[in-house]
Amino acid sequence: MKIRVETNDHTARIDATGLRYRELNTVLKEIVSDGIRKVAVHGVCGQRYLGTGLGRPAEIELFGTPGNDLGAFMDGPRIIVHGNAQDGCGNTMNSGEIIIHGHAGDIAGLSARGGKIFIREDVGYRAGIHMKEYQDKKPVVVVGGTAQDFLGEYMAGGILILLGLNLNDGEYHKAKFIGTGMHGGVIYLKGNVNEYQLGKEVGIAPLEDSDRQVLQKFTGEFAAHFGYEAEELLRHEFIKLYPRWLRPYGKLYAY
Amino acid sequence: MKDIGQVHNPYQDDKVIDACSLFGAMNTSGRRFSGEDITRAIANMHDRSNGLGGGFAIYGLYPEYADLYAFHIMYLSQEGKTQTEAFLKTKFSIAYDEQMPIRTAARVASPPLIWRYFMDASHHKPEDRSEEDYAIDCVMEINTRLEGAFVFSSGKNMGVFKGVGYPEEIADYFCLERYQGYLWTAHGRFPTNTPGWWGGAHPFGILDWTVVHNGEISSYGINRRYLEQFGYQCTMQTDTEVIAYAIDLLVRKHGLPVEIAARVLAAPLWDDIERLPAGEQELLRTLRQVYGSLLLNGPFTVIIAHQGEMIGLTDRIRLRPLTVGTKGDMLYLSSEESAIRLVCPDVGKTWIPVGGEPVVGRLGAPLQPESVAASGSDATLLEEGQ
Repeated sequence: MKIRVETNDHTARIDATGLRYRELNTVLKEIVSDGIRKVAVHGVCGQRYLGTGLGRPAEIELFGTPGNDLGAFMDGPRIIVHGNAQDGCGNTMNSGEIIIHGHAGDIAGLSARGGKIFIREDVGYRAGIHMKEYQDKKPVVVVGGTAQDFLGEYMAGGILILLGLNLNDGEYHKAKFIGTGMHGGVIYLKGNVNEYQLGKEVGIAPLEDSDRQVLQKFTGEFAAHFGYEAEELLRHEFIKLYPRWLRPYGKLYAY
Repeated sequence: MKDIGQVHNPYQDDKVIDACSLFGAMNTSGRRFSGEDITRAIANMHDRSNGLGGGFAIYGLYPEYADLYAFHIMYLSQEGKTQTEAFLKTKFSIAYDEQMPIRTAARVASPPLIWRYFMDASHHKPEDRSEEDYAIDCVMEINTRLEGAFVFSSGKNMGVFKGVGYPEEIADYFCLERYQGYLWTAHGRFPTNTPGWWGGAHPFGILDWTVVHNGEISSYGINRRYLEQFGYQCTMQTDTEVIAYAIDLLVRKHGLPVEIAARVLAAPLWDDIERLPAGEQELLRTLRQVYGSLLLNGPFTVIIAHQGEMIGLTDRIRLRPLTVGTKGDMLYLSSEESAIRLVCPDVGKTWIPVGGEPVVGRLGAPLQPESVAASGSDATLLEEGQ
């Protein structure tokens, strides 16, 4: 199959119309390893695993709706989505960035071990499920809107920020089971939640200075990506959700 | 017979990552459209299924026979056909019958003989039995008692087309581009617990109810035993079958609104019920008590359809995906948003519904896009349903 790729210096343009995911990913890998640093892919429609296995830094702009597991195992590149993402974006990502000018489906950032995901609007179920961190590797997910249930489920590390920008003043998030099974990492949440919306492994704490610095950094990046005023985003109160136990089941089999 | 290994794992991957694919499209003004877009949409999710099942349901399909039962029957033997036709002649007046038109060049595995019958039941049914119950009795009789014959579509002015293959291959086999309907559902199958055979492909149906399903019904045994008490016999070897019978029982026989039936199949969690106003609590407790055996446990997304309605529903904690899109009087339900955008690039709005909340498209009724935000919604449906 002839694939339409136009290259110019270090940039390329691909027409992905009708391409299967294997074909599209193969082309991306080839042109990035040939030294292309900026790729615009048009006509994206459900192709999975985009951005996986690209061994070098590159900026990939996607126009359309990328398929599941966008940026799976990604190590370095930056992906910008002009549209919505489907399920599993950032699956087990190691480093790099995914910036979504729209909403994301379920399990955004699942098992991520590094890198950043910025989502302008809402996320579906189980965003940040089982994210983890180790030494300098710390994944970050920033969501501009609100989330559905099981936000941060089984979270083992990393930072989840929920800005609630589409909530009215005083409106509550509707997600339930927030942080169920959480045993590491932190969730910063703007907008109200009731106690019953939280998993039983989660505690609520006010922000400390170190928390504010973290928030400032990543909401600043979010604001820059999507054209917000950073200070405006930080004007309202945040709460911090943290795991009450780092090993909730540590004694389950100790008798 | 195709080499199944070549079909479902052409690259010899260590692990084949599949799921089922669902797609539904409805024109709520009743305008009929062909199967081309539906086939393109479900084919766009090709990698979710593995070539062991594909199928379609079409509503508004047989306007020239709108008052007659349209039975689609698969025969595994000539003997089955002879016996079944003898049986049908005693139970119905057959207005017209023919072999299902097929494209013999299509790539499908071991197709059975498929025949369709347009039949009148009104002069044959006993006085104390409704026409619908009588039709179900006949379907159950054929499916359980006659060897090698399976009725897989039994409604009026609608039809199910299904078999072993990728959905786009099944569409090709049955020449679905030639048919018109105002409501289409489609399925690509990745069989998990039960065999990939022609009767096991989705949609499953009874009368004009059909169901396409992604997930697993862990409560199948309980649901099945409960439904057997009402004369429904499970013969298709697949969990999804119970959903078709359950919805027929709840909505047609027991007269529940679809929104309430959804509360039976995907009952709110007890903790959520306790936080509701007293009246709603009582209703939901009663539903859980009366219909506990019809609770669908396990992960599922389903698109349920019958004449005039298309319903998307997921399990309460949304373990399988569903995306909704609307444009004008078109409603789309899909496992993946990309499939909607492929056939409707300027779709007005897409969103991810809340687990356990039905999304309902009704013939002649405007769509209700804003009430279910991606972020969740209150349990307001019951108030609307009352």
